[in-house]
Amino acid sequence: MPLPTPFFPRTSQLCTSLLWKDWAGYYAVRSYDTYMEREYYAFRHTAGMVDVTPLYKYEVGGPDAALFLARVMVRDAAKLKIGQVTYLCWCDEAGTVIDDGTIARFDTDKFRVTSAEPSLAWLMRFTRGYRVEIEDITDKVSALSIQGPTSRSILSEAAQMPLEDLKYFRFKGARIGNQDVVISRTGYTGDLGFEVWVENAGAIPVYDAILGAGEPYGLMPAGLDAMDMARLEAGFIMNGVDYYSSNHCFLESRKSTPYELSLGWTVELDREPFNGQRALKAEKEKGPSRALVGLLLDWPELETLFAQSGLPPELRRGAWRDPVPVYDKAGRHVGQATSGTWSPTLKQNLALATVRSEHAAIGTELDMEVTVEYRRLRATARVTKKPFFDPPRKKS
Amino acid sequence: MPAPYDAIVIGGGHNGLVAAAYLAKAGRKVLVLERRHIVGGAAATEEVFPGFHFSVFSYVVSLLRPQIIRELDLPRHGLELIPLEASFLPLPDGDSLCRWEDPHLTRREIARFSPKDAEVYPEFGLAMRKMAWFTKAIIDQPPPAPGSLKPGDLAQLLSLGRRFAGLDRDMLYLNLQMLTMSAADFLDRWFESPVLKAPMSVSGIIGTYLGVRSPGTAYVLLHHYMGEIDGAFRAWGFSKGGTGGVSLAIANAARSFGAEIRLEAPVARITMRDGSASGVVLENGDEIAARVVLSSVDPRRTFMGMVGKEQLPNSFVEHLSRYKFRGSSGKVNLALDRFPDFASRPGIGPHVRGDIAIAPSIPYLEQAYDEAKYHAFSRRPYINAVIPSVVDPTVAPPGKHVMSCFVQYAPYHIKEGAANWPEHREAFGDAVVDTLAEYCPGIKDIILHRQVLTPWDIEQAVGLTEGNIFQGELSMEQLLFLRPVPGWSRYETPVRNLWLCGSGAHPGGGIMGAPGELAAKKILAGRKV
Repeated sequence: MPLPTPFFPRTSQLCTSLLWKDWAGYYAVRSYDTYMEREYYAFRHTAGMVDVTPLYKYEVGGPDAALFLARVMVRDAAKLKIGQVTYLCWCDEAGTVIDDGTIARFDTDKFRVTSAEPSLAWLMRFTRGYRVEIEDITDKVSALSIQGPTSRSILSEAAQMPLEDLKYFRFKGARIGNQDVVISRTGYTGDLGFEVWVENAGAIPVYDAILGAGEPYGLMPAGLDAMDMARLEAGFIMNGVDYYSSNHCFLESRKSTPYELSLGWTVELDREPFNGQRALKAEKEKGPSRALVGLLLDWPELETLFAQSGLPPELRRGAWRDPVPVYDKAGRHVGQATSGTWSPTLKQNLALATVRSEHAAIGTELDMEVTVEYRRLRATARVTKKPFFDPPRKKS
Repeated sequence: MPAPYDAIVIGGGHNGLVAAAYLAKAGRKVLVLERRHIVGGAAATEEVFPGFHFSVFSYVVSLLRPQIIRELDLPRHGLELIPLEASFLPLPDGDSLCRWEDPHLTRREIARFSPKDAEVYPEFGLAMRKMAWFTKAIIDQPPPAPGSLKPGDLAQLLSLGRRFAGLDRDMLYLNLQMLTMSAADFLDRWFESPVLKAPMSVSGIIGTYLGVRSPGTAYVLLHHYMGEIDGAFRAWGFSKGGTGGVSLAIANAARSFGAEIRLEAPVARITMRDGSASGVVLENGDEIAARVVLSSVDPRRTFMGMVGKEQLPNSFVEHLSRYKFRGSSGKVNLALDRFPDFASRPGIGPHVRGDIAIAPSIPYLEQAYDEAKYHAFSRRPYINAVIPSVVDPTVAPPGKHVMSCFVQYAPYHIKEGAANWPEHREAFGDAVVDTLAEYCPGIKDIILHRQVLTPWDIEQAVGLTEGNIFQGELSMEQLLFLRPVPGWSRYETPVRNLWLCGSGAHPGGGIMGAPGELAAKKILAGRKV
């Protein structure tokens, strides 16, 4: 049985659809309304607020905290400025990814790590010899993600302070609803957006203050289904959907290196030793055997396939995450599309896919399996640059 | 005159019935001879007290092989399995740990004792599943025959070798560790919390006369995870109506294929003609001939009791006399007036819809073993209890409950001599109830009836030598091509036309059915009948 998050007294009142799911052992709203589309449009036109408390959160402190994080993660945390957040992943010794997440630097010797999966035991494994302390604050700190074009105005009002100076992937302290909070300019929608972190005891006043301030700006509680559509437009991968943590793989071939996930840009190779460094150097030298790419489905072709069954083209509601095979034009199986969605904003049918490297160049034409009237067919899918949707306001 | 039966199966336990069903399904004329008034052997349900149906001996279905369920179509013949939903560990200090199907819930439970262990737990599970994947190949075929140059044997060794080589290097090391270490030491390499390690370690000792710190016990931990590989079949569970339901379903299947099952027909000896088995003589003097005889009775009873050592090669007899039974467990079945509340989690919650372990710490378990080493039952034993009436109300009158307690250690060889067990039976029962009362304070007041089975009682009731529940210890030196006797591990015996098909043969005990299945398939493949 999942647990309620500290926002449950509010979210349970608002969730008229009764559509919930289990997210990391917590009750999480899939969509407040029976159809997630309104919430999706809130992300793109006004703002949506998602309870993201179930994210795993760890406080890493001590004189060697920076050195320690640099040792276990692919990016050099020591270079992070105070008040800065960064996205990265971490690997086992074979260089395959265990999880992806963020690190925020609160002080010279104080960091906060977020992850998709429980990571305490794994982090603890490397503490020997470091003056570092790790605390699991997952159940102590609640979090709200406010995403969308009006999010800055809403939070400025709720916090009674301008947020124009809060740059992309930075954070600062504030007070909302008489509670101490941290506001970070981060999110999982690829839009202008923020995340607000508060100790559990202050969760309800903060929720009420933000929802109240957001009313004139069209703020709407939003669920995970809408966020799933938005994260796909943003080209963000998801652990357990688009790749699997190497900790859970029965098969070696299921594991992925950062390069295979197209997260090579997060890897800082040439520095002091870190977890997986040797394997990653070798991998970089020979080149990864596969890549995680964006695919756009060819709409006219899809229309033709449906027409052959006497149907207008049908769209699936919301995002999907049941993988389908991807073929090259010669009919060889070259990978799989792991999740995708119709993008209401881009008016495109898009997917994230893992394909063999020789088919990963932008513009490559591949075939993706589509099902029309119970028949499995193939439609052209073109390798496309990620993010699919990248509005200037995201970083402005 | 041709023999009236193609095959006689001695013993109507689950393995004997499985063998009979496979032979009958292949068109052979089969007779099963069971000593008792019911089928099932140690997998039987009996209404010991009116309205209370006890799974008298074996109480959970362990790893009933999926292919047996499928090939004998057991669900159609009445097999209904109810999965065990949780593993509950009440602690003496009023705390408790429960492990669930839900991984998040389990993580939270373990994290109260060790946040690190909580995360390592699924990693351990994955490593064990990988190992079990390798081991599964071993239990679903006759053991390999090292040294044999027959093409079929070589091919089997090669395919096992390939599978072994396919394990990654870490898994190979792990395999070696498991082969040599004790359950407690092995778990120490993974976990820090004694509260978690104690209930996990006991899978390594069940049915053995060894302690959780005895080398070699680590390997048996794997058994627990083998069930997960066959997860879709949910072959770990309660049988509806009691464990006897499994045997009844197999018996129904066997009968549907034309097998004949005769109850209260104890076999006195196996008849021989020209050095080959030719049939059996019943205790009532009836003689029945058959082309082959399969014995699901344990190897010692089969050869020493029914064949006679004068018929056997000396080396075989010597090996057999060294084969270890050393029963180490007893059983206490309770009929309860109402549900027994556990002090740490009162009420009928989801935590009691599985097994309940009294195993508060590794030292507790080792101390229980210490007493057994010196031939006494444990004053504070390891108990694995289930209350099947919580999930299956058919086994007790409304509102009443049955509680089945597997108890270790109760060594067969007590100081006073095994035959004197009856004098100590009630003291043993009291020790078990006193132990339970430390976790369920009110239990003594609600016991309506109590059935205490010492290993001596088990031997008397169902003929398991020295009361060993697996027909011989499941320890490394008695497994695979060493079970029960080196060179005679593939169901054949030195007596032509006499085959073993019980738990004393590879791959061993528990309600798996594999020895019965593999023996029958071997006989059929070799056109022995």
